[in-house]
Amino acid sequence: MSATVIPAREYEERYLSAFAGATLPGGVRLGSTRQAAIERFGALGFPTTHNEAWKYTNLAPFLKTPYQPAPAAVFTGDLPAASPGAPRLVFVNGHFSQERSDTRVLAGLKLSRFKDAFTRRSIVDRIGATAAFAENALVALNTAMFEDGALIEIEDGAVLEAPVELLFITTSEGAVAYPRILIVAGRDSQARIVETYRGSGAAGYFTASVSEVLVADGAVIEHYKLQEEGEAALHFGMLAVRQGASSHFFSHNIAFGAALARNEIGVVLEGEGADCNLNGLYVTAGRQHVDNYTTLDHAQPHTTSHEMYKGVLDGSSQAVFHGRIIVRPEAQKTDAIQRNKNLLLSDGAVINTQPQLEIYADDVKCTHGATVGQVDADAIFYLRSRGIPLEEARSLLTYAFTGEMISAMKVESVRERLGPLLLERLARGGR
Amino acid sequence: MLLEIKNLQARVADKPILKGIDLAVNAGEVHAIMGPNGSGKSTLAQVLAGRDVYAVTGGEVLYQGQNLLAMKPEERASAGIFLAFQYPVEIPGVSNMYFLRAALNAQRKYRGLEELDAMDFLALVKEKAKLLGLDEALLSRPVNEGFSGGEKKRNEIFQMAVLEPRLAVLDETDSGLDIDALRAVAAGINTMRAPDRGMIVVTHYQRLLSYVVPDFVHVMHNGRIVRSGGKDLALELEKQGYAWLEEQAAVGS
Repeated sequence: MSATVIPAREYEERYLSAFAGATLPGGVRLGSTRQAAIERFGALGFPTTHNEAWKYTNLAPFLKTPYQPAPAAVFTGDLPAASPGAPRLVFVNGHFSQERSDTRVLAGLKLSRFKDAFTRRSIVDRIGATAAFAENALVALNTAMFEDGALIEIEDGAVLEAPVELLFITTSEGAVAYPRILIVAGRDSQARIVETYRGSGAAGYFTASVSEVLVADGAVIEHYKLQEEGEAALHFGMLAVRQGASSHFFSHNIAFGAALARNEIGVVLEGEGADCNLNGLYVTAGRQHVDNYTTLDHAQPHTTSHEMYKGVLDGSSQAVFHGRIIVRPEAQKTDAIQRNKNLLLSDGAVINTQPQLEIYADDVKCTHGATVGQVDADAIFYLRSRGIPLEEARSLLTYAFTGEMISAMKVESVRERLGPLLLERLARGGR
Repeated sequence: MLLEIKNLQARVADKPILKGIDLAVNAGEVHAIMGPNGSGKSTLAQVLAGRDVYAVTGGEVLYQGQNLLAMKPEERASAGIFLAFQYPVEIPGVSNMYFLRAALNAQRKYRGLEELDAMDFLALVKEKAKLLGLDEALLSRPVNEGFSGGEKKRNEIFQMAVLEPRLAVLDETDSGLDIDALRAVAAGINTMRAPDRGMIVVTHYQRLLSYVVPDFVHVMHNGRIVRSGGKDLALELEKQGYAWLEEQAAVGS
């Protein structure tokens, strides 16, 4: 038997004692879920690079910071332009901000603060039912500690006429926030949900968010995660999805910010004919580190998934892409495509890309591919030969590389905001 | 004098390609450069546009009296040199319109002119597209992506029409075209002929020159211009082929 490495417990102890000392909302039932979650967190400990799923991502330098829950704060900064008619919930340092939110009513939508739903047993029972915490310390930590967030319920057959926007902003140095989101999309409903994570300037803080999405039969859900955290932030996010028969789920996962970001997506296609698109774009510079860990679980026949993750890396930044596809024995006629394409703009940037296919059915189509390259020299010369200066040619081509990820977005306000933001980000580069 | 090439020599890696080219082009003239594959025709075109995979090892090139070889590719373009590529590059994610506007405005900025706004630019490209009989649908498509061979070559000529260069270098613009596409491309080139514009038409075959009648024809072989003449030289080459060049080289050695 090999010796077990006992990790230093001091980082975990801070969170365990914070839990012990906190008065967290929710009744007995949620209380016991929290208790189970904090015990799992204690048992698992923060993941280290010894953990295969965290091989390239080291949290340790960040965990030295004693992050603390921060008090409610008034946020007076700019918010991204809203989509016309869109309701919006804004949270600052994890606390709901009434004055910055827009709680307008949309037909077919019930939008609430999570805190206001803790008396509803059907809701409490769903906490952790999709985002399992048994083997995931950070999901466990969020489940134990979260105080508020958004609950989005869409009625059967409802087609929301505007997107639902959620903003999580952290303003305080050393703060930790645990946003929690539950989306329950009824049969044949259609909705678009935009989650944005932001922070102010140079503050070092920690966001650990969990979003659970239940997509009933025939529902069509488009989900955006726009991670624009501050440059010193630590960000963890879990998006856990369960899809019913003939449902469609489209994820746009954009990572621009944070010093270190780990984003996990787990989708279970548990109804026949369910279809899932995972689009991702990460743009890193300086010493940023972005890790995307996705799992697509094909559990029923005739399920399809298309995954496309693109990365643009500059400076001495690092990115990780791990794409896991599971095809269960009963999931015949599965059709899964996974692509990861990376553009390295500097010699110091590093990408680790890894597909992981676990196929237990025999009549399936699964393809995957990863590319790593530089901006095409022929294309640069072509642009220069038309008068476009070298630097502009390079950023135009880099922008073009990311273009399909932006143009696939259906929410116009997001598309219109991200396009210029991306151009500006690419022009700034790693310098 | 628009362009003056004197004893130009260039190599790629360790291989000499151009071994002393002399050529003078005046405004208003169309010069055809013909020759067998591997003679250095396309290299000459690329060197004029500033492609850095070729190292110039000797000679000089004066463009409107300026040292062309000291200029960056984008400076050459802004000074009025246009290369129509033999293999136009596909640029997914950038629309033809966006690309051309960025190019035109970069050139205008270089020349100290005001940039064209979206409305003025749209009017300009529509006029040029109409002039060349170009399908307007191509304008909004990504640059050359999924274009047929003929569409790519027509798109090159269209770009030339929008950018209005002083010196156009057309590198095998006729290659891979069927007769209808060839006629369309040739008509586009002829539209662009002007007293203040010089053209160098690089081609392997005579057929383009039936439509775009040159003022001068030069034959390249093994990195040098071995013969120059009027438009009749092209017809002569069509009859004779290029085999005589090898014989001549053999006799000379």
